Amino acid sequence: MYNSLSSRRSFIKKMAKLSAMTAAATMFPGILFASEQEAGIPDSANLDWKKGPCRFCGVGCGILVGVDQGKAVAVKGDPNCSVNKGLLCVKGYHQIMCTQAKDRLTHALVKKNGRYVQTPINEALDIVANKMKETIEKHGKDSVAMYTSGQSTIPEGYVASKLMKGAIGTNNLDCNARLCMASAVAGFLTTFGADEPMGCYEDIDHADYFITWGNNMAEMHPVLFSRMLEQKNRRGAKIIDFATRTTRSSTASNKSILFEPQTDLAVANAICYEIINNGWVNKSFVENHVNFSKGLTNMGYGVEDKYNFKDKPTKIDFEAYKKFLEDYTPEKVAKYSKVSVKDIKYLAAIYGDPNKKVVSYWCMGMNQHTRGTWMNNLVYNIHLLTGKISQPGNGPFSLTGQPSACGTAREVGTFTHKLPKGVVTNEKHRRLAAKIWKVPYERIPAKPTYHATEMFRAVDRGDIKFIWTQVTNPLVSLPKTSRYRPGMEKDSCFVVVSDVFPTPTSDVADVILPASWHIEKSGLYGNSERRTQHWDKMVEGPGETTPDAWMTIEIAKRMGYGDLFPYSEENHVEEIYNEYRQFHEGAKHGMAPLEVLKKESGAIWPYVDGKSTQWRFNAKYDPACSNDKDFHFYGKPDGKAVIWQRPYEPAAESPDTEYPFWLNTGRVIEHWHTGSMTRRIPVLHKAMPEAYVEFHPDDAKKLGVRNGEKIKVSSRRGSCVLPASINERGLPTRGQVFVPFFDENMLINDVTLDAFCPISKEPDYKKCAVKVEKA
Amino acid sequence: MPIKSYLAHPQEGKKEDLIKALSELKECEVMPATNEDVLVVVTDTLDDASEDILKEKIEKIDSLKLLAMVSGFNSPQN
Ligand code: SF4
Repeated sequence: MYNSLSSRRSFIKKMAKLSAMTAAATMFPGILFASEQEAGIPDSANLDWKKGPCRFCGVGCGILVGVDQGKAVAVKGDPNCSVNKGLLCVKGYHQIMCTQAKDRLTHALVKKNGRYVQTPINEALDIVANKMKETIEKHGKDSVAMYTSGQSTIPEGYVASKLMKGAIGTNNLDCNARLCMASAVAGFLTTFGADEPMGCYEDIDHADYFITWGNNMAEMHPVLFSRMLEQKNRRGAKIIDFATRTTRSSTASNKSILFEPQTDLAVANAICYEIINNGWVNKSFVENHVNFSKGLTNMGYGVEDKYNFKDKPTKIDFEAYKKFLEDYTPEKVAKYSKVSVKDIKYLAAIYGDPNKKVVSYWCMGMNQHTRGTWMNNLVYNIHLLTGKISQPGNGPFSLTGQPSACGTAREVGTFTHKLPKGVVTNEKHRRLAAKIWKVPYERIPAKPTYHATEMFRAVDRGDIKFIWTQVTNPLVSLPKTSRYRPGMEKDSCFVVVSDVFPTPTSDVADVILPASWHIEKSGLYGNSERRTQHWDKMVEGPGETTPDAWMTIEIAKRMGYGDLFPYSEENHVEEIYNEYRQFHEGAKHGMAPLEVLKKESGAIWPYVDGKSTQWRFNAKYDPACSNDKDFHFYGKPDGKAVIWQRPYEPAAESPDTEYPFWLNTGRVIEHWHTGSMTRRIPVLHKAMPEAYVEFHPDDAKKLGVRNGEKIKVSSRRGSCVLPASINERGLPTRGQVFVPFFDENMLINDVTLDAFCPISKEPDYKKCAVKVEKA
Repeated sequence: MPIKSYLAHPQEGKKEDLIKALSELKECEVMPATNEDVLVVVTDTLDDASEDILKEKIEKIDSLKLLAMVSGFNSPQN
C-alpha cells in the first residue's frame, strides 16, 4: 500500500483524497471513510491480517494489519472490535507509514567527543548499565531516574517499575501520563477510592445527553465522537459542548456554551446549587451511597521547586455543603464565568431531569488544570447528587489521551507513588509487591520522590545524575521547556533516550537506544474503558531495534538483578503479563487471561468468571458489590462515594496589562502528541505541516494581524514565533490565543507555565498569560 | 494531467445510486463516507478538456444533489 507512495502521481491522488476527507470532516465532524482502508491494497497481495490496538489514542480502536511477505502493507479497522466496529480515524489508517521514515533510529548511538557514534546494541546496553550502577554507587539510589510513558506497553511499564522500585529500591519512576491523566486518577481516588471510569463506551448507545467538559472529541477521540453523532442522528441524542474555544466538536454539537478559563469550577458548583435548590437531588441514592467532605483550600500552584502539599479531608454534612453552595448561585457565577444564568440553569436541568440519561465526558481541559483534582471531584458531585452513575447511559467518563495511560501508567502504576497494586505509602501494598517480585520488603521505599515536573527540576538542579526516558519526548511535551532543555543539557546528568525516531529529547542524550515500534514487538495496552488489548509481533523491526521491555530486562541483568528478571526473549511479554496478573487477582480488578486476549479484541476488567464487567459499583453488573444494596462504592472502606466541597480559585497566572492574552495549548486531529510519528507520515504532515497561533477575528483585527503573518507569542518564561491563523481550524474566545504543541520547530512549551494541581501534580497547559506581537 | 477531488452530496436516499453511477466512470475513484451522506470523489484525467467533459458527465447524474470541488493538482505523468 505504502510503496506506491514513491510514485508522485499516486501520492498526489492520496493528497487530493485527504484534502477532501479533511474538508468533509469540517462539515461533518466525526465522519469516517471505512472503504479508505481497503484502498491501495495490491490486488495480488495475499495478506495475512493480524489484530491489535491502534498505536495512537486512548480510544483504543481495534486494527487489523495486513502483512505480506513479512512487511506491513495495509491497516483497516477491526470489525470485531466493539470499540470502533471497523472504523478508524485518519491517524489510524496511516499509522504504519511512519516506520518507513528515512531517519528511523536503527542502531544504538553513543555520544563520543560531542558526536554520535553507531555502537552495537550490547555495547550500548553495557554503557548504560555501568553508568547507572556507577551513579548509584557514587551518589545513592535516588540519583537515578526513569521517565516512561502512557504509550509504554503493560510489560514495559511493569519491568520498569520492578527494576526501579523492586530491584534498585528507589521511587524515582514517573511517566508522561502525569502530564495528562494524573488529575483524573486523583479525582477517582478521592471520590471513589478506586481509579478509572465505572462505565464503558456502550454508554454512548444509551445516553440521551452527552455533556463534554473542555473536550474537543471530534479531533481527539474521533471514533467515539462519530459514535455519538450516530446516536444524535438516529435517536435524537443531544451533545452539549462546554468549552473555552469553539472547535469542530462545538459546531457539530446541539449547543455550544463557552466559559472564561478556570471558571468551570464555579459553573460545576452552580449546577449543584441548582440541583439542590430545585429539589432534583436523588435523596435515597445520596443517603445510601454518599458522604460529604471538604479539603484544604488556597493550596498554591507548585511553581516553586520542592513544593509540597498534602490535603486534609474533613467530613461535613449535607447542610454545610448546601450552605457552601450559596456562593455559587447562577446569578453570582454568571458574572465571572461569562456563562449566562440561562445556560447554567439549562445544564443543571439536564442533569436534574430524572428521566434523562446523561454522560459527561472530559479529557485534558479538566485534567490539565491547576485545580484538576477538584474539577474531577465537582463533576462527580453532579452525578452523585442525581444518582446518575454506574448505569448504562448514565455516568461521568474521564477519557484518556494515550493508548495505555490506563493499562500501563495507572494500572501497572508507573508513577512515583504507585505500585502495580496500590501505593508505596501502604505497607500492605508494599508487602504484596515484595512477595510477587521476590525482593525484601524493606527494599521498596515508603515515600514517593519526584513527580514528572519535579523530576526534571531535580535534573536541572543536579540532584538527578542519570535519567532514562522511554517512549516519550519530554523536551517537547513538558511545560516550561525553556528551563528543562538547558537542564537536560547539563553535564551533571547522564541522559539515556530510548525511541523509534530522533526527537529534541534524543538530541540531548548521551546514549540513544533504538526501540522497536508498536507492531515490531508483542504487547498489551489498556484503553479508556478499562479494556485490556493484546497483540502479537507482526513484523521484524529494522537493524538492532529492540523492544523497550527487553532493553530494561537486559539492563537489569547487567546490573546484577538477573534472578529477578528470569524472562525469555521470545516469550517475555506473556511471562511478564502472567506475573503481573497476580497483583490484580479478585473480583475488583481481575484481568483476563492471555488466551482470552489473544482471541478477542480486548476484555474489560474486572474480568470475573469469564466475563467483562461493563458497569462497576452497580450490583446488577458488578460481581464485586457485596453490601446487599443496589450500589457499592467498594473503593472506600464504608462503601460510600464522597461529594467534595471544592471552591472556585483563580488560575496560577491570568492575563494582565503586560501579558494580556490567555494562552491555551492542545492537539490537532492529524498529529499524535509531539508529532514524532505523525510528522513522518507524509499525508498527515502535508495536511498539517506546521503549528500556528489561532486568534479570535476581533483580536486579530484590533492588532492588525493577517492570516499567515508571523507572530511572536511571549510569556515570562520564553517565546515562540508562529504563523497567525484566523477563522481556520478553531475559534478561541476574545482575549485568548490557541497553539497546538505537535511542532518541534515551534516549541510553544518554552512559553507555558509549570504550575500544577497540588493534589495530582498535573501541570496546567491551558492557562497562562502571554503577549502577542508581529515578529 | 489534472487530479481533482470533490465532495459529492447525493439526493436524499440516493447514496447507493450515486456510488454506483460514479463508480462506472473509469476516471473516478469514489470513497463513500461510512456514517454520513457524502462521497469523496477523486478524478484523474489526461488534460483539462477531458476533465471538463468528465465533470459535465458527473453533473448530469440524477442521484447527485451537489458537487463541490475541494482540491486540484496538475502533475506530470510518471
Ligand atoms: S480514534 Fe484513536 S484509537 Fe481510533 S483510530 Fe483514531 S487515533 Fe487510533
